[in-house]
Amino acid sequence: MSLLKEPDFGTPARPGEATVALNVDGVPVTVPPGTSVLRAAKHAGIDIPKLCATDSMEAFGSCRLCVVEIDGAKGTPASCTTPVSDGMVVRTQTEKVARLRRGVMELYISDHPLDCLTCSANGDCELQDMAGVTGLREVRYGSGVDAGANHLDAPTDSSNPYFDFDASKCIVCSRCVRACDEVQGTLALTIDGRGFDSKVAAGADVPFMDSDCVSCGACVQACPTATLQEKSVVELGMPTRSVITTCAYCGVGCSFKAELRGDELVRMVPYKDGGANEGHSCVKGRFAFGYATHPDRVLEPMIRDSIADEWRAVSWDEAIGFTARRLREIQAEHGPGSIGGITSSRCTNEEVYVVQKMVRAAFGNNNVDTCARVCHSPTGYGLKQTFGTSAGTQDFRSVAEADVIVVIGANPTDGHPVFASRMKRRLREGAALIVIDPRRIDLVRTPHIEAAHHLALAPGTNVAVVNALAHVVVTEGLADTEFVAGRCEGFEEWAAFIAGPEHSPEAVAEITGVSAEELRAAARLYAGARNGAIYYGLGVTEHSQGSTMVMGMANLAMATGNIGRDGVGVNPLRGQNNVQGSCDMGSFPHELPGYRHVSDESVRDIYSQLWGVPIGEEPGLRIPNMFDAALDGSFRALYVQGEDIAQSDPNSRHVHAALAAMDLVVVQDLFLNETAKFAHVLLPGTSFLEKDGTFTNAERRINRVRPVMAARTGKQEWQIVAEIAQAMGYPMHYDSAAQIMDEVALTTPTFAGVSFAHLDEVGSVQWPCNDAAPDGTPIMHVDGFTRGRGRFVQTTYVPTRERSTRRFPLILTTGRILSQYNVGAQTRRTANVAWHPEDVLDLHPHDAEVRGINEGDTVTLSSRVGETSLRAVITDRMPVGVCYTTFHHPVTGANVVTTENSDWATNCPEYKVTAVQVSLAVAPTTRAAAADQVPVAGA
Amino acid sequence: MPDPPHVRLVNDVAAQFQHRPPDEAAESIANHLRSFWDPRMRAALLAHVQAGGPGLDPLAVRAAGLLGTRTG
Repeated sequence: MSLLKEPDFGTPARPGEATVALNVDGVPVTVPPGTSVLRAAKHAGIDIPKLCATDSMEAFGSCRLCVVEIDGAKGTPASCTTPVSDGMVVRTQTEKVARLRRGVMELYISDHPLDCLTCSANGDCELQDMAGVTGLREVRYGSGVDAGANHLDAPTDSSNPYFDFDASKCIVCSRCVRACDEVQGTLALTIDGRGFDSKVAAGADVPFMDSDCVSCGACVQACPTATLQEKSVVELGMPTRSVITTCAYCGVGCSFKAELRGDELVRMVPYKDGGANEGHSCVKGRFAFGYATHPDRVLEPMIRDSIADEWRAVSWDEAIGFTARRLREIQAEHGPGSIGGITSSRCTNEEVYVVQKMVRAAFGNNNVDTCARVCHSPTGYGLKQTFGTSAGTQDFRSVAEADVIVVIGANPTDGHPVFASRMKRRLREGAALIVIDPRRIDLVRTPHIEAAHHLALAPGTNVAVVNALAHVVVTEGLADTEFVAGRCEGFEEWAAFIAGPEHSPEAVAEITGVSAEELRAAARLYAGARNGAIYYGLGVTEHSQGSTMVMGMANLAMATGNIGRDGVGVNPLRGQNNVQGSCDMGSFPHELPGYRHVSDESVRDIYSQLWGVPIGEEPGLRIPNMFDAALDGSFRALYVQGEDIAQSDPNSRHVHAALAAMDLVVVQDLFLNETAKFAHVLLPGTSFLEKDGTFTNAERRINRVRPVMAARTGKQEWQIVAEIAQAMGYPMHYDSAAQIMDEVALTTPTFAGVSFAHLDEVGSVQWPCNDAAPDGTPIMHVDGFTRGRGRFVQTTYVPTRERSTRRFPLILTTGRILSQYNVGAQTRRTANVAWHPEDVLDLHPHDAEVRGINEGDTVTLSSRVGETSLRAVITDRMPVGVCYTTFHHPVTGANVVTTENSDWATNCPEYKVTAVQVSLAVAPTTRAAAADQVPVAGA
Repeated sequence: MPDPPHVRLVNDVAAQFQHRPPDEAAESIANHLRSFWDPRMRAALLAHVQAGGPGLDPLAVRAAGLLGTRTG
C-alpha cells in the first residue's frame, strides 16, 4: 500500500440535503446550503489552490490563494469564505486569479528558507505544492536575506519530546492555532504580534512544553509546512506507505494511519474516516507507540519451576508443552475447577474469544473473567437490568446534538481526550454542562467552557445524588410521562419510592455535601433539556454501589425520556481500548458471548455442539474470587492474558499473597510486568502494531486492527492459546483471526453480520450488526429497549462500609491522567514520562497545612491495608478531606492502600473510596523494596 | 479477624435488599447468588450457616436457606 492521503475538501461539510446547484469551471455540482465554493469545487473534481484552508476547521480567509471569479460578483472573493448560491457560476482558473495567486506565493516564498531538498517536509509540503500549482517561476523580491527583513533566523522550539516548532518556516496561516481552538479545544496557541511581527506563540510565548499544549498533535497535523513536524520524520524521513489500524489505548478507539518507511514505523496519523475520532488524536495514540519496539519487550517464551528460580528461555513448543502439562496435572490433583484464566481488554476480540473458549472447552469450567471486572462490570450489570444489554446507548457523534451534558465520575479531557474534544466543541456551541465529581476536573472551568453546575459530592454518595435528582424530576412533575407510559415498566412503583422524603435534595445534602438548591437546579436543567445526555466513567462504577448507580442513571434517563435518539443516552466511557469487546466476547464467568447467561440451556447448546464438549451451567469465579480461592487452596493455576493484576488490582498485599499461593501462573504479556514476578511461564505477546483482529470501542464500534509489522515473537497471541488448548488434548485450530470472528458471528446474534471482509469494506460497524441492522446500530433502543420495555429499578442508597476515622481521616480516590495509561506498562516506556515521571498525591491546601506538608514533600499514604510514599501536590482542585493519586507507576504502587471492598453486585473494586491518613515521610517508605521481596510459595 | 470472603460478600448483597419485604429480599439475594456465585462459594456459605453463621446478616442466612431451590 502506498502512502494514503485523504482528500481535503478545504472547509467542513455542511449538514442537510444537497439542494444548491452551481457551476464550477463548466462542471455542474449540487451541494448542501452553506457549503463553501472551495468545497463545492472539490466535489466537482476541481482543486482550488489553498494554504490556510483545510476541512477539519472553519474557513479563515487569510492566505488569499483560493480566490476565484464569480459571475455577477465584484472582485475575486476567497472561495473558502464564500458560500454557494443557487445558479452561481464560478471560474477558478482565469488569468486574473492566476496572477493574484502567483503574487501571493511570491510574498510567501520571499520569507521562506529555500532548503526544500533537505527539508523534513520535502514531498509533503503544501507550500511546495502551491508553488508548483500556481506556476511560480521567479520571486521578484529575492529570497532569504536578499529579500530584506525576514524571519529566517527565528528559533526552533524543540522542547516537546515528539515534535519541533521551526518558526523560520512558519507562514502564519493560523492553521495550528485554529486546530488547537476548534479541533482540540485547548486554545494553547495564539498569533502574537501584528503585521510583519505576527508569529505563532504557545501560551504567553513560552516553550511548547511550558504552555497549556496537551500534545494532541492537531497542530502538527494541520501545519502545511515543516514548521510543526514530528521529530520521527526529521530523524527517519518521510514515510512511504500507510496501514489503517486502531489505537490500543483508551476506549475511544481512534483510527490511525500507521505510516512507515519499509517496515519501520515513522508516525501515527489520525485517520479522517475513522468513525470514532474523525481525524483527531491525543498524545498517547498519536505519539506514544515507542513501547512496541522498546528493549524491555520479551520476545522469547520463558519458564521456571519456581518463582524463586531464574527465568529460562525456551522454544515455543517447550513453553506450550510445559503450560499444558502443568495445567492438566493441577486439574488431576485438585479438580477441574482449580484452574482458570483472565482475558485482557487490551487484546483483540479474537484473542479474547479464544481464551474464554480455552477455559470453557479445554479447562472445562467457567473460571474466566476479564480485567473489565475492575472497571466497568457494574455497567454490564446495571444496563442489562434496566435496558437489556451491556452497552452505551449512543455513538460519539451524538454529543453534537446534546443540549445538556451530564458528566458523572469521569474526567474525559484526561481519560478520553479525543471524545472530550467533541464534547468541548458542543459545549462551546452553547450546550450546558453539569459535572458530578468530588474533584474540580478541567471541564468544570476551561477556556470558553464553564459548568452550569458542579456537584462536588462526597466520595461514595453517588446513589444519594442520583436519587435526589430523580426525586426532583418526579416530585416537580418533570418526568416525560408519554415516554415512560409507552416505553417503560415499573414506573409507578419506582416513582412512589423515589418521591419519598428521604430522597429529597434537602434530606441528602448533609451526607452528599451538595447544596439542595444547586442539586434541584441541576435536575431541572437536565430534565428540561430538549436532549439530555449522561456520560460516566469509573467514578460511577468503582464503588460499593457501582451497579446501583448505573441503574440510577438509567432510571433518570428513562424518566426524562432521554433514550433512543441523537443527543441523549447513558454512555459509559470505557477505560481500556477493548473493554467493550472483551465483555462482548464472553469473558465474564456467568456469560457466554453476547451477554447470555450460562444457565440458558439453549445458548449452551450452541457452543457445546460447535465445540464438541459440554458447557458448564454454573457461573465460575470472578477475579477477586480467584484470589480468595487461591488462598483457601481450591484455585491453583491462573492464565493471565495481557493484564498486570499485581499492580492494577486492589489490596496488593492480598493479590500478591494469592498469586504466590498458586502452583502455576502463566503470564502472556509484552513485558516482565509486576505479575510476572509471581509467574512460572512468560508467553511473549504482540503489540497492537503486530496484531490482526478487531477492537470494539465504547460506542460499540468494531474497528479493524491490522498488522503493521510481523509479530516480533513469531506467533499471534490467538495461535498461542489455540496451541495450549491443543496440547491439553482439546482440538482448537484457526487459520486466521478472520476465522475466529466468523465463529463469533456464527454463534452470537448481535455479531451475525460482522466479518473482516465487511469491516474492510465499510470501515467499521457498531453492534448489533445482523440481518435486522446490516449497517450496524449507532443508537440503541430507538423503537424499543433490548429487553422490550425499559425497567425502572429501585435504587436504595446504602453507605459504603469504608468510613473516614480518627486514624484514617481522609478519603483517597484514584484515577488516571492524560499522558499515562493504566499501569503504565506502555506509556512509561515512551517519552510520555516527560509529563508524569511519578505518581503524586493531590491534596487540598487545608489538609496539607494541618499536617505541615508543603508542595513536593514526600508523604506517607497509609490505609488499614498498607502504605506507600509519594510526593505531595497541593491543589484546591481537591475538596477538603479528599486526596487523589494515580496508579501508573509500580514504584508507588497506589493499590497497596486500596481495600477489598467492592461493588455488591459485581465485585468491581471500590477504588474510589479508601480511608487514609497522609503524613510527612521521615524517609521514603519501602514500597519499592517490598515489591522485590516476592513471597516464595507454590513452587 | 476479618470475615471470610463469602460472609463479607453476601452481607454486601444483603445490605442492598434491607428495604424490601424479607421474603422478597431473601429470594432476590438467593437468585443473585445463583446467577453470579461459583458453586464453591455457595457451598462455603452453606457450610458457614450450618456452623452457626457467625457474622452473617439475617437476610443472608434466610437467602442461604433458599439456595437449594431454583426460582426466577
